[in-house]
Amino acid sequence: MLTIKNLHAAIEGNEILKGIDLEVKKGEIHAIMGPNGSGKSTLASVLAGRELFDVTEGEITYNGKNLFDMAPEERAREGMFLGFQYPIEIPGVSMMNFLKTAVNEHRKYRGQEPMKSSDFLKLMREKKKIVEIDSNLTNRSVNEGFSGGEKKRNEIFQMAMLEPNLSILDETDSGLDIDALRIVANGVNKLKSKDNATIVITHYQRLLNYIIPDYVHVLYGGKIVKSGSKELALELEEKGYDWLKKESAV
Amino acid sequence: MSVEAKPTNIKNSFIDLFNQHKDELEKGLPDFINNKRPEALEAFKKLGIPTKKQEKYKYTDLSPAFEKNYRQYFKPKTIDFDINEIFRCDVPSLESKVILLLNGWYYDREQALYESKEGIIYGSLYEAANKYPEIVRKYYGQIANAREDSLTALNTAFAQDGFFLYIPENAVLEEPVQLINLLLDEEPGMTQHRNLIIAEENSDAKMIICDHTLSKQHFLTNSVTEVHVDKNATMDIVRVQNEHNGATQLSGLYAKQEKRSNFSVNTISLHGGVIRNDYNILLNGEGCDSNAMGLYLTDRGQHIDSYVHIDHKEPHSISNQLFKGVLDDFATGAFNGRILVRQDAQKTEAYQSNNNILLTDDATMNAKPQLEIYADDVKCSHGATVGQLDEEGLFYLRSRGINYKEAQLLLMYAFAHEVIDKIKVKPLKDRIHGLVEKRLRGELSRCNYCEMKCG
Repeated sequence: MLTIKNLHAAIEGNEILKGIDLEVKKGEIHAIMGPNGSGKSTLASVLAGRELFDVTEGEITYNGKNLFDMAPEERAREGMFLGFQYPIEIPGVSMMNFLKTAVNEHRKYRGQEPMKSSDFLKLMREKKKIVEIDSNLTNRSVNEGFSGGEKKRNEIFQMAMLEPNLSILDETDSGLDIDALRIVANGVNKLKSKDNATIVITHYQRLLNYIIPDYVHVLYGGKIVKSGSKELALELEEKGYDWLKKESAV
Repeated sequence: MSVEAKPTNIKNSFIDLFNQHKDELEKGLPDFINNKRPEALEAFKKLGIPTKKQEKYKYTDLSPAFEKNYRQYFKPKTIDFDINEIFRCDVPSLESKVILLLNGWYYDREQALYESKEGIIYGSLYEAANKYPEIVRKYYGQIANAREDSLTALNTAFAQDGFFLYIPENAVLEEPVQLINLLLDEEPGMTQHRNLIIAEENSDAKMIICDHTLSKQHFLTNSVTEVHVDKNATMDIVRVQNEHNGATQLSGLYAKQEKRSNFSVNTISLHGGVIRNDYNILLNGEGCDSNAMGLYLTDRGQHIDSYVHIDHKEPHSISNQLFKGVLDDFATGAFNGRILVRQDAQKTEAYQSNNNILLTDDATMNAKPQLEIYADDVKCSHGATVGQLDEEGLFYLRSRGINYKEAQLLLMYAFAHEVIDKIKVKPLKDRIHGLVEKRLRGELSRCNYCEMKCG
């Protein structure tokens, strides 16, 4: 589904990603862990098509297509979803209008007719249950005045609405209390199927108690320095990142 | 009646025009209106047409508009068809009383005034001046500054008709009055109508003013509106400006608020060639609430200039200025917001905000806040921004599959939303939401079933 080869990316001339290789197949959950500043969020942004970053080397294929030929909106319609670490507030754009526009753009891409209003409302009701999101929130402007937890829940709600085949969740657990974390993780688990894949980017092992990864990768200094099974996350929790820093320095 | 104003010497041509047509101008109007003309003309003689050398008009060049020849309307224009056949406002379920002005004159000469049993009067100013001279005399020309403002002086010298609204003490106007200014002619035309709006103690009223051009000729409007809001009264005005690119609209608003009164004016400028909106609001009593708001959407060579002057004379009042604009292509705009807090006006709260989005490198906006504060216990703030659409917001929308153009539209629409949301008449608010969206999409924003299709 997604193949990353020797990816280098820079911002204003500073190289952040220094050769990433990653292969994600459908049905898999990959966790990317690493200390602050290791390049985790940069990787998520590059995947989603944020123009802030310059890709200086490497290639990415997504669903058999060259990812760099696709605008952010095309990547989304192709099935990619980025759950933002800091979801953006957009005052004046109603959640309803935003989601309806997004859903219909996806449908158009697949050659489907725009959704009828009644069907759309039904879909919203259905998906709202998955993340236990309040109607008070979906009746407001996009993320406006939402608490940190509400914003994160809203990301998963959007994910549920758009049914992506590849979800990249960037620090979705940060700023969540344990109840909110459980709800968000449950949402992700409910949406999981054998046909979609998830990349969970996180700083802490905590989230991985709820979302069980098939693979864990440690990103450090712009490179994946270690990959392993879910036990690697536990090891990191116990030992911290320092031993890997030393190991990679050798 | 057609008289051409010579382009060579604009000022003198107006003076000649006045002297030649003095009898016509004065015909049928009481002395208290006519007696103001000579003095106003003298002031205009001194001041002339504003130029860019004057601070107040630094960003707006009026000479191209004034250099054209215009037909003047010293009496109502007769047309041989029913205006309602070509114009119908289609704001759905807007239950308003509609008044039409055609080229500055009240259109329905059969019924020039409406009077309700509560004593509410509205209709033609010309008619009201004759039928209710005691009311009109008390307010006419009392706050419009015909001594120092040359355009107001010019209007005062030439005004004959316009809109009149009177809400007596304790009366409530249940449904808003809608005034529609229509411009229609086979030749370029100039109008100088005059509106007078009076809200007496404890009264409450809303009104809507719409400006439309119905034919493609050049038009120049120089209108003056005086609004008196007495103690505890509430007056709410929403204005929709929708004229074509060949139209110049100069509109001077003067409002005077007494104790604990509430006044709000919200101007949505959808379209127009050159628009200059002046707002002069005097807070003459304690505890007033005053709101001046505007949204302007301009493209191509359009120009809009908003000039706001809020004068806090007495303590404990709150004023808010909220002006937002989206400028596309090579459109230009200016905002000048002045807050004056006089020495006695302690505990004043005065806020001002002007935000602009430029969609191209060629669009220009000049924003100038002016705060003059002589009281020491006040809360005042101002903020002006000129920028592009929020990149992060754009990316967020695109990352959900929404294409760039649509994402831009959503953000522009969201930007405009804050001002539209302040409109209190719900059907009008909904309609304006729709119109603004259409306008931002670049679709023709005619808000009526007009057959003229002048765009």
